[in-house]
Amino acid sequence: MNGIDPGQPIRFHFDGRAVQGFAGDTVASALLRAGQRLVARSFKYHRPRGVVSLGSDEPSALVTLGRGAAQTPNQRATMVEIHEGLEVFSQNAWPSLARDLQAVNDLAAPFLGAGFYYKTFLWPRRAWFRLYEPIIRRAAGLGALSGLPDRGQDEKAFAFCDLLVIGAGPAGLMAALTAARAGADVILADEGAVMGGRLLYETEDLGGMPATAWVAAALAELAGWPNVRLMPRTTVTGVYDHGTFAALERLPAGSPQRPRECFWRIVATRAVLATGAGERMIAFPGNDRPGVMLAGAVRGYLNRFGVLAGRRVVVFAANDDAHRTARDLAGAGAAVVVVDPRPEAVALGDYPLRAGSEVVATRGRAALSSVALRDAGGRVEWIAADCLAVSGGWNPTLQLACHLGAKPHWDEAVGGFLMAPDAVPGMAFAGAVAGVFSTRAALSAGIRAGAEAARALGLAPIDPDLPAASDAAGAMRLVWQVAAPGRAFVDLANDVTVKDLVLAAAEGMGAPEHAKRYTTQGMAPDQGRGSNTTALAVLADATASALAAGGTTTARPPFVPVSISAMGAGGAGRGFAPVRVTPAHAAALARGAVMIEAGPWLRASHFLRLGESGWAESCAREVAYVRHAVAVADVSSLSRFDIQGPDAAEFLQRICTNTITTLKPGHARYTLLLREDGQVMEDGPLVHLEPGRFWLYTSSGSGEAVRRHLELAAQGYWPDLRLRIFDATENWAQFAIAGPRARELLAQTLDSLPDLAFMGAAPVSAGGARGWLMRISYSGELGYELVLPARYGDAAFRALCDAAEALGGGAYGLEAMNVLRIEKGFLTHAEIDGRVSAEDLGLGRMLRASGGHIGAEMAARPAFAEAGRKQLVGLRPLAKAMPIAAGGHLFAQGAVLAPENDLGHVTSACDSPTLGHALALALLRDGRGRHGETLRLWDGLRGTDQLVEVTAPTAYDPEGGRARG
Amino acid sequence: MRLICPLCGARDRREFTWVGAAELLPRPAPGGDLVAWLHLRENPAGPLDELWLHSAGCGALLRARRDTRSHATAGLVLAGGAR
Repeated sequence: MNGIDPGQPIRFHFDGRAVQGFAGDTVASALLRAGQRLVARSFKYHRPRGVVSLGSDEPSALVTLGRGAAQTPNQRATMVEIHEGLEVFSQNAWPSLARDLQAVNDLAAPFLGAGFYYKTFLWPRRAWFRLYEPIIRRAAGLGALSGLPDRGQDEKAFAFCDLLVIGAGPAGLMAALTAARAGADVILADEGAVMGGRLLYETEDLGGMPATAWVAAALAELAGWPNVRLMPRTTVTGVYDHGTFAALERLPAGSPQRPRECFWRIVATRAVLATGAGERMIAFPGNDRPGVMLAGAVRGYLNRFGVLAGRRVVVFAANDDAHRTARDLAGAGAAVVVVDPRPEAVALGDYPLRAGSEVVATRGRAALSSVALRDAGGRVEWIAADCLAVSGGWNPTLQLACHLGAKPHWDEAVGGFLMAPDAVPGMAFAGAVAGVFSTRAALSAGIRAGAEAARALGLAPIDPDLPAASDAAGAMRLVWQVAAPGRAFVDLANDVTVKDLVLAAAEGMGAPEHAKRYTTQGMAPDQGRGSNTTALAVLADATASALAAGGTTTARPPFVPVSISAMGAGGAGRGFAPVRVTPAHAAALARGAVMIEAGPWLRASHFLRLGESGWAESCAREVAYVRHAVAVADVSSLSRFDIQGPDAAEFLQRICTNTITTLKPGHARYTLLLREDGQVMEDGPLVHLEPGRFWLYTSSGSGEAVRRHLELAAQGYWPDLRLRIFDATENWAQFAIAGPRARELLAQTLDSLPDLAFMGAAPVSAGGARGWLMRISYSGELGYELVLPARYGDAAFRALCDAAEALGGGAYGLEAMNVLRIEKGFLTHAEIDGRVSAEDLGLGRMLRASGGHIGAEMAARPAFAEAGRKQLVGLRPLAKAMPIAAGGHLFAQGAVLAPENDLGHVTSACDSPTLGHALALALLRDGRGRHGETLRLWDGLRGTDQLVEVTAPTAYDPEGGRARG
Repeated sequence: MRLICPLCGARDRREFTWVGAAELLPRPAPGGDLVAWLHLRENPAGPLDELWLHSAGCGALLRARRDTRSHATAGLVLAGGAR
C-alpha cells in the first residue's frame, strides 16, 4: 500500500453518490475499494461492466467527468486521479447504470452479430441515414459531449531533447539514468501520475530495498540532473518522421486556472521505447462480468492502493506470473483458488491449485457471484467468487513502434508480437516491449539502450552497476480461448465475441484487416490494445492458419484518445489563424472603421458615421467623396516585393508580360504575371523607384504564392541573374489618395509636391518622414499612392483624413474601393480565378509580341484563341432598380436552365451610387461579341431571376480622362 | 518531419513550402517540350528529387532527395548553387 496516503481522505461523487478515497487513488481504485463493481454499460449490448485493468488500456470502465461545458466523456477510470469535488458519471446507460433499459439489446444478441448492420439495414436505402443510423448511434454508444463551447483550458507546447525515453518502468529509468549521467539532454515521459511502471505494483525487492524505494531514489537522482526533464502523466501518442513525437500531458486536476491537458510536440535525436507490456484476457464465456479482471491489475490494486478486488478470488491463468497475484492476495487474507490449465503447474504459495482445469462460465447479475470450473475429465463445478483474476499472457506494448509503418512479427516463445530491433530509425526497444519480462533483464536492457543512445550522441557513457533484481520471467503456456458454450468476449470495449470472429472468418472476412472492419474488433477507444492479439489467434484458429502468417492490423496515432480541444489548443476563435493588421489599424478604428477579413488581413470595410444605417450607406458616401472631392484609403496590406540588383530589370522582363526594360526610374507600369501554364496569375503596378530597384505589387491575399513564383524563378531558373527579392509589405504604410481634389490635399500634406505625370513616381517627404509618391489610380479618378515608413502609418492616416475632411471628403474603405473599381472594370481575384487568359480579360495587348516571359509559349496555345471562351464583360440590369449579386449564371433568353446552356457567371457586382443602378462584371462565353445583348441572369442560391444587358467592362469614364487629367 | 537547411540547420517541415519536383530545373529553352516539363511527373515509391522553399526561414530554394516511402531526406543543397 505504497501509493496512497490514508491521512489524506478525498471525497468525490460517482453518479451523484459520495465516494471516499485517498490522495493517490484513481477513480478505479477508489470505486473498487468502495465496493462499486458495476461502473459502466458496454458499447453495444449494454452489459454491466466493471474495472478490468490498471492503465490506459482499460477497455470497460469509461466514465464522464464533470458537467456543463467542462463535461468530458470517455475517460478511463483507471487513469483519472481523484480530487476533492470531482464528479464522475457513468455513461451509455438509461435511466440508470443499475437499470439500463437498453440492456434489451443483450437479449437480442443472437441477431446482433458481426456484419449485422451491413446485412439487415440494406433496404430501403434511404432509411439508412434517416432512420436506422440515428437509432443505432443512440443505442450503441459512448459518453456524449455537452454541446457547449469549450472554455479553451488546454495548451500546446514544444520540447527538444537528445533522448526521449518513453515509459519509466525499470528499463526506462535505467536508460534515462545512464544517458543523463553521460550528459545527454533527456526527457523521460510516462503516462502514470507516479513514475516507476510495473515496479509500483510489485512486492519484490530491487537493489536490496523495496522496489518503490529504489524507484524514488532513481527519480530523485534524475530530478537533480539539470539535463533531465521528467514528464509524468504524459502519454506519447504519436511517432512521426525524423524524431518528432506527439505527447499528451494531463495536468493534475483541482485548480480551475490550470490547463486540463497540454499537447506536446517533442523533437528528439534518439528515443528509447520502454512501454512494457499489457496483460490480455482469455476468451471464455462470461468473461466480461464486473469482477472479472486482469490478474496483474488485481495484484496492482492490492500492492499499490491497498484494495482487495475481492474476498473470494479465483485466479485463471496458464502462466507463473499470475501465481504471484494469488500469493499476494492470499497473503492479504483473501480466499484464493488458482485455476491453471497446465497440468504441471505448481503453487507459489499457500492456496488451492486446480492444475489442468479451466474456467468455462460465470454467474452474477450486476457483478460476479460464482465461477464454473471444468477439470481435465470434463467435470464442471461451480464455486462462489466475487473476483476472477485472469491472465492470458502479456502483449508487448509496441504500438508506437508501428506508427512509421514498421510491421511486428509473431514470436512463439515470447507469446507476443515483437519488432525487429532496427525497425524504427533512431529508436531502441528496451524491456518487456522487446519481449524480456524479468526485472533484471529489463534493467540491463535499459542500461544498454541508454548507453547506446549516449554513444550515438557522441557522449561517453559509463555503465552503472546492475541493481540486484528478480531474474524470474516465469513459464507460460498460450491459452487464447476456452471451448465452452456461451458468449466469450474478445474485445470488451466493442462487444466483439469469439463467435463474431469465427463468423467473419466463415464469411470470407478472416484476414486481420477485413475481420477488424467486419466485426469492429479493435476499433474502440482502446484500439484493441488488450484484444488484438487474442483476436488474431482466434482468427488463425478459425481459418486453420498460423498466427505468424496472418500479420497484424495497423496501429496508428494517437496511441490513446486525444481530445480535439488539446490537439487544437489555442486554435479557437481568433487563435484559428494569425491576424495581420496595418500600421494605421488603430487610426482607422478611431475613425469608425468596421473591419473585415481580407485573407490574413483585417481591413476597413467602411467607416460608419453616426446616423448611418449600415455599410451600404457609408459606402455610397465614400464613393461620392472619391468621385467629387478626395478620399483616403489604407492600402498597406498590398503585397510589395522590393526587387533590387543590376539584373532586376532583366529578371522582371522574364516575369512580366509587358516590356519592362524600357521602364525608366521614376515611372510605374501596370503589369501582368502569367503562370507557367499561360493562365493569368496576378496583375498590379510595377514601380521603378531608382536604377536597379523596383517595387512589384500584388493583391493582399496572394503574396505567398507570388513569392514562391518569384523565388523559384530567381533562385532556380536564373541563379546567374544578380538580384535579391525582399517581401517589403510590412516595412511601409501606403495610402491611396483619390479624387479631383487629391492634388490639393497632397500639396497641404507633403513637404513639397512633385509634379508627377500619370504613372510617375518620385521620392517625397511628409513632416520630414521620407517615402515615395506614385501617381496611380485604382478608382479611375485623379489618384496618388503615398508610401511612408510603417512607423509613420498611424500619424499619416490621421493627418491625411483630417485634410480630406477639410476638403469635403474623408476616409474610404474596401467596399467603396470595390464599387469604384467595378465602375471602372478593374480586376480582382474574383475575375483572375486561375482559369482565365490575358485575352479573356481583354488584356491581350499586354502580352508583348517578343515573348520570352514566363507563360508566353503556353499562352500561345490554340485553345486560348478558340471561340467559346469566357470573356470579361459588364452587366447592367434591364429594370433599373434591380440589384445584382455575384454568383448568378447567365443564359440566353428562352434557354432551358441546364448546365450545357450556361453562358457564364457574375464575378463581381455592386450598386453604383455614381450611375444610380446596379453594375456587375461577368465572364461570359464570347462576351466581347455580345455587347448590347439581353440575357437572363439566374441566381438559384438567392432565388433571383432577371434580365440584364451586356456592356463593355468599363461603365464609368471609359476614356480614362479623369485619372490622367 | 525535419529538413536540414544548409544555411539554418535542422528545422521542422512546417517552416518549408513544397515547390515541386526538381524536374522543374532546368527550365527548358524556348521551343522545348513545355507540356511534358510542366505536366508529366513521375510519382515514384522511392527516392524523389524535390524543391523546397525555406519560406518561414532564410528564404533559400533547396533541392532535396526524399524517399516517398520513409520521408528520409538526403542532404539538402541550394537549388541554384551557392551565390
